[in-house]
Amino acid sequence: MGTRIFAAPQLSLRFVHVWSRNLLVWRKLAIPSMLGNLADPMIFLFGLGYGLGAMMPAVQGVSYVTFLAGGMVVSSTMYAATFEAMYSAFSRMHQQKTWEGILNAPILLEDVVLGELFWATTKATLSGVSILVVVTLLGVASPSYALAVLPVIVVTGLAFAAVGLAMNALAPNYDFFMYYFTLVITPTSLLSGVFFPIDQLPGSLQAAAAVLPLYHAVALARPLMLGDIPQDVLLHLAVPLGYAAVGFYVALVLTRRRLLK
Amino acid sequence: MSQAVLSVAGLRKRYGSEEVVAGIDFEVQAGECFGLLGPNGAGKTTTLKLCLGLIEPDAGEIRLLGRTVPGEAREARQQVGVIPQFDNLDPDFSVRENLQVYGRYFGMKKKDIEARIPQLLEFAGLSGREAAKIQTLSGGMKRRLTLARALVNDPEVVFLDEPTTGLDPQARHLIWERLKSLKQEGKTLLLTTHFLEEAERLCSRLVIMDHGRIIALGSPRELIAKHIEPHVVEVHGPGFEAWAEKVRPQAGRVEIVGETAFCYAQDEEPVVASLKSEPELIYLHRPANLEDVFLKLTGRDLRD
Repeated sequence: MGTRIFAAPQLSLRFVHVWSRNLLVWRKLAIPSMLGNLADPMIFLFGLGYGLGAMMPAVQGVSYVTFLAGGMVVSSTMYAATFEAMYSAFSRMHQQKTWEGILNAPILLEDVVLGELFWATTKATLSGVSILVVVTLLGVASPSYALAVLPVIVVTGLAFAAVGLAMNALAPNYDFFMYYFTLVITPTSLLSGVFFPIDQLPGSLQAAAAVLPLYHAVALARPLMLGDIPQDVLLHLAVPLGYAAVGFYVALVLTRRRLLK
Repeated sequence: MSQAVLSVAGLRKRYGSEEVVAGIDFEVQAGECFGLLGPNGAGKTTTLKLCLGLIEPDAGEIRLLGRTVPGEAREARQQVGVIPQFDNLDPDFSVRENLQVYGRYFGMKKKDIEARIPQLLEFAGLSGREAAKIQTLSGGMKRRLTLARALVNDPEVVFLDEPTTGLDPQARHLIWERLKSLKQEGKTLLLTTHFLEEAERLCSRLVIMDHGRIIALGSPRELIAKHIEPHVVEVHGPGFEAWAEKVRPQAGRVEIVGETAFCYAQDEEPVVASLKSEPELIYLHRPANLEDVFLKLTGRDLRD
């Protein structure tokens, strides 16, 4: 047999039960969790933005902190999605055996993985949106198209949650996730134009950046937060959504291989 | 027309070079408590997981509640309760929340779950502990909550994987009483255990598994009658081996294990009589039980 490992997912609304289980747990710790999610990127944004920015001329015609804000919103979305899909999901899958309990009920593994995907996306969205709100209120970002950044945050969350869940399925232990952060997430944030315009990079690295989902998210979020309409919107949405769809399927196949054998 | 709630035919599962389930067939009838017995590594838990559609068989057919497993396992599980070998209660939730959230996995409405919670807590002896955190519960309470959780959907069949392993006698007896009352209610139970006493008390029929195969099937009484002499005399003390040699012709079957001689006899009289003249020897005369059958069929070697 073994063919069922690769079978197309039987998608249904049952994922909502998994999602709302996580929501119920989160609600107990919502305030500290939100503050924690907000503190780290804000320290980065204002520390680098004002500290480093004070020594810099305008970047692409705006102050450095304003330039950085657009990148920071989507990169902290990436971090939040990745953390939730790896460390937290791994706790539920491996340490607490929460998934095992759920799978004894009439719930399929695709429901669990999809519920976790949407949950990690939800948390990532909360993280991205809270930074967006703060920088908009402080006047660092333009309010004109602030609402339009929301879908960008959501697709960024979906992409990194899906890839994170695939890593989760491969992880023998928590230490494994460090490799992913060091080898994938850190280079991604440096190559995607979060901290500096990527035309600073050699041509080969610019080409590499174009396949990274975060690069496309930055290409949408930054102009929107400057009050401009971005270009190539469909392409920039399609790449992260492609990562989300392929990442979900790969995560499902790998998790089936791990748990259903 | 068969009343089988679960039927398994030609079931096989291999992990690497080891065939953990090596071609087994059995049927569980509605309303019975059916036991899967065997030493560690016999394939009991794997069999349960296969029957629930949680892992993929290499070969064989499984039907559970009229559904084909694993193809329609999800639909079958709608009517099944599961008590896993190791508790997987949700540590982030209270007792009540564990039941609420688990009910939702069955698609139950909030008010139907709420209506069921008081009786589930009562059944599990956890009334008044709704708000307790899982970490504050004793091992026995956790096991009872796991039992209550498995009943949240009012299942027709309950799968129990070593339900009383690791519990103290009080907790174990309470679980046994609860399982008996489930039997009274007409629920079908499928139970794995290596507690022979548990199987003897609860199971209407059972199979003994070893190395992935079924090596005996029947009611506890039938198995004892078929495989073992009715009387057992266990003897130890100085000179027990010499005594055993002397008594061997009248004793039926004599087995020497370490410092003890086990005499399995149709008629215990001559054995017990010969012990009267051996004041040094300590003996225990008892009826044969399922453990004797189990040890005879699966051997006395340790399984780790």
